Amino acid sequence: MTNMVTLTIDGLPAIVPAGTTILNAAASIGIEIPVVCYHPHLTANGLCRVCSVDIGRRLQAAACVTTVAEGMVVNTQTKDVVTARRTILEMLNSTIDLSEAPHLQDLLLEYDADTERFDGMERRESPVHDDNPFYLRDYNKCINCWRCVQVCAEDAQYTFALSFDGRGFHTLIGTFEGDGMMDTTCVFCGQCVGVCPTNALKPKRQFLLEQGVDPDDIFRQTRRGGKRRREPVAEN
Amino acid sequence: MVQPATIDLTALGPILDRYRGRGRESLLPLLHEAQDVSGWLPREVLQAIGETLHVPLADIHGVVEFYSMFYNEPTARRVIRVCFDPACHMAGSPAVRLAIEERLGLKPGETSQDGTITYETVPCLGMCEHAPNALNGDRTAGDLTPADVDAFLEGVYPEPEPKIYGGPLIKLARAGKIDPTSLADFEKYGGYKALRKALTMRPEDILSMMKGSDVLGRGGAMFPVGLKWEMTRNAPGHPAEKHIVANADESEPGTFKDRALMEQDPFSLLEAMAVAGYTVGAENGWIFLRGEYPRAYKRLSNAIEKARAAGYLGHNILGRRGFNFDIELRLGAGAYICGEETALFEAIEGKRGFPRIKPPFPTTHGLFHQPTVINNVETLAATTAVLNMGVEQWHKLGTAESPGTKWFCVSGRVLRPGVYEVPFGLTVRQLIQMAGGVIGREVQAVLLGGAAGVFIGPRRLDTPLTYEDSKAQGFPIGSGVIMVFDEAVDLREIMYMLARFFAHESCGKCYPCALGTQRQLEIVERVLRYGGPLPGDVNMLRDIGLAMTQTSLCGLGQTAASAILSAVDRWPELMQPDSSNGRIVSDN
Ligand SMILES: Cc1cc2nc3c(=O)[nH]c(=O)nc-3n(C[C@H](O)[C@H](O)[C@H](O)COP(=O)(O)O)c2cc1C
Ligand code: SF4
Ligand code: SF4
Ligand code: FES
Ligand code: FES
Repeated sequence: MTNMVTLTIDGLPAIVPAGTTILNAAASIGIEIPVVCYHPHLTANGLCRVCSVDIGRRLQAAACVTTVAEGMVVNTQTKDVVTARRTILEMLNSTIDLSEAPHLQDLLLEYDADTERFDGMERRESPVHDDNPFYLRDYNKCINCWRCVQVCAEDAQYTFALSFDGRGFHTLIGTFEGDGMMDTTCVFCGQCVGVCPTNALKPKRQFLLEQGVDPDDIFRQTRRGGKRRREPVAEN
Repeated sequence: MVQPATIDLTALGPILDRYRGRGRESLLPLLHEAQDVSGWLPREVLQAIGETLHVPLADIHGVVEFYSMFYNEPTARRVIRVCFDPACHMAGSPAVRLAIEERLGLKPGETSQDGTITYETVPCLGMCEHAPNALNGDRTAGDLTPADVDAFLEGVYPEPEPKIYGGPLIKLARAGKIDPTSLADFEKYGGYKALRKALTMRPEDILSMMKGSDVLGRGGAMFPVGLKWEMTRNAPGHPAEKHIVANADESEPGTFKDRALMEQDPFSLLEAMAVAGYTVGAENGWIFLRGEYPRAYKRLSNAIEKARAAGYLGHNILGRRGFNFDIELRLGAGAYICGEETALFEAIEGKRGFPRIKPPFPTTHGLFHQPTVINNVETLAATTAVLNMGVEQWHKLGTAESPGTKWFCVSGRVLRPGVYEVPFGLTVRQLIQMAGGVIGREVQAVLLGGAAGVFIGPRRLDTPLTYEDSKAQGFPIGSGVIMVFDEAVDLREIMYMLARFFAHESCGKCYPCALGTQRQLEIVERVLRYGGPLPGDVNMLRDIGLAMTQTSLCGLGQTAASAILSAVDRWPELMQPDSSNGRIVSDN
């Protein structure tokens, strides 16, 4: 029999198996803690910290990677928790184009984020990569959730086409020496596109449809044509 | 633009041959060696390295991009690095940089036309007692003036030795008095006495001695060393799968204490690590040294070779059957975050220095996810001191709750900056007096504990430096930084430099720190340079500070707002628009 752990979340008792995360313990009694980087099928790295909750310590705990302890008292909505959450969301919004990330738009509203608070400050910008017939990479929309890197590596595909450029605020997802995807180890399995939460990775078909391109043209442009570098499609 | 040198892979061949059969954990050393060939790491070189070590190219790229001292663009073999952080800034680094820039005709980040010299401005070089200072390739230089620049660039300017003061000198007893390259000298002055003594004792007895000594970690987190060793000893695993790591990354602005020992008494670090290895039952020693400590690197390499030749490292040490312990010296490559223990493990394992989520802790899941003791250099030095003098004598130094001595890094506007080894309990004022007093009229502020510490004002100078006072009064002892500012210093400039440091050094893993350090820098910069604060700036700094402090993944983000908010709290006028705002001060 598994060891059960009793804890309190927002004043309610929860009894869950030892080793459960605070996130899942809360969910088990109907309390939803907001998440951004977390994906139930991928390694959780505790990146966004939006899921941070009060556990009666100086530091808050990231609910997606912190396991419960006997007698733990969790508060998911203290003043500090909400301030931190809102501030992280505001900073993210001032850095990244979240216009095609509906979940983040919801959170910005829910936490009453001031979307103009950090206006005029540096954004994380980079050119759109249109270097293969299958998907586009627009890292202006990328929140560095690492999901694409992980599915490309040990979480799924073992292809290792993706890694990082730079560090700190200026960290971007990148390839070896900035090579186009056709020149990397990428096998175009599409898993990265599937897990991307912000449309930073977008199927080319979808992109071209949004641009109003004729479906026949789209078929010609996205047909698999062997592994070689393609001329980028003109942008406007 | 610089002409990329033709890539000559022939010089690389013999290097790669030596690394064949090894894996990813050899990535950083191989990148260092490969870069030494031509000054940077061209695509072809990285591809050859990937093949040799069987590391995916994307991952190699990610690693090269992470560390400031690895270059994937044409860079000269000789890099001039000039410190632009507070201690050097106050001591005249801007004028020195101007002279260098004029002489070389280069701006920071540029390489000369002929590709022979690259010039950079860099964060604290860990030589604040020689401010302003710089590196010319592997040569260190301190107390520079514009008049010294020619000699410095020609490589004939003398290299400074660490400045060590205070007393009683316990952990630094030999420093400066012996030839740091001579094992014989080390042995003559009490070297390897502690290890010999340890071998007469049972590991359990050494553990209780360490616990009785109440030595707390000197790297900042103040964890009891005896407990850490015991937990690692008790963790399941064979000694061949356990590690002793000396954290010699020392990259926090204002910190330079560990360098003093490593340059002046390098054998003592090896001895302390061997004692730890014996006590814990761990056969693998690692020293992770920051990349900007070329002389410590040379002296430690030399010491390791000599200790190995003399049987102080290797198998059956000092004739004790089954006591095996060896040390590998690893060089960092310009990333403060790699001082964080789990990021340090990642660096040794050949990855980007991203801190891991804790738990699990290093004592069970450290280097290669095996049981690991990681200790600061000074902590290790304290353990041999305790062995040599006994717990009772050790407790006669310092206070009841903070026994023994501590190395303080006194820098900034004092007459005699240096490493001060003193018993716990002296006040900040006493240390400043020991250091010859303040240069200038009076103390305006002191930065305690480092960039991650707090500012205190002149009214708090009588604060005793002990763990108990640090807890009661909410200031960190940290790595022992005491940086002094006189009335002439514009504290906003110092705040700007601290903010710049954290933004530069954030690893980028978690959002509050990656985004927060950048926004904090932009706000502080606006206050200093672009017309003063806007309404709401103080609130923004506080909210950013709260988010970083409470929710960041590691200690970097958790302390990145500490000093800046302490200044905002203590001197609200710093965040008020005034006439001196809006001027352009010297950059970088
Ligand atoms: C950003 C960051 C940088 C650090 N840098 C160092 C360092 O350079 N040297 C060090 O000994 N500890 C450093 N630490 C603390 C280490 O994580 C760790 O606590 C320490 O090495 C443990 O040794 P100790 O118990 O002997 O102090 C750093 C921590 C953080 C969060
Ligand atoms: S591209 Fe998408 S999946 Fe990849 S890190 Fe960015 S947001 Fe996440
Ligand atoms: S707090 Fe900063 S340095 Fe630490 S993991 Fe987060 S981003 Fe990296
Ligand atoms: S959801 Fe927990 S850190 Fe992102
Ligand atoms: S070496 Fe320049 S500030 Fe430390």
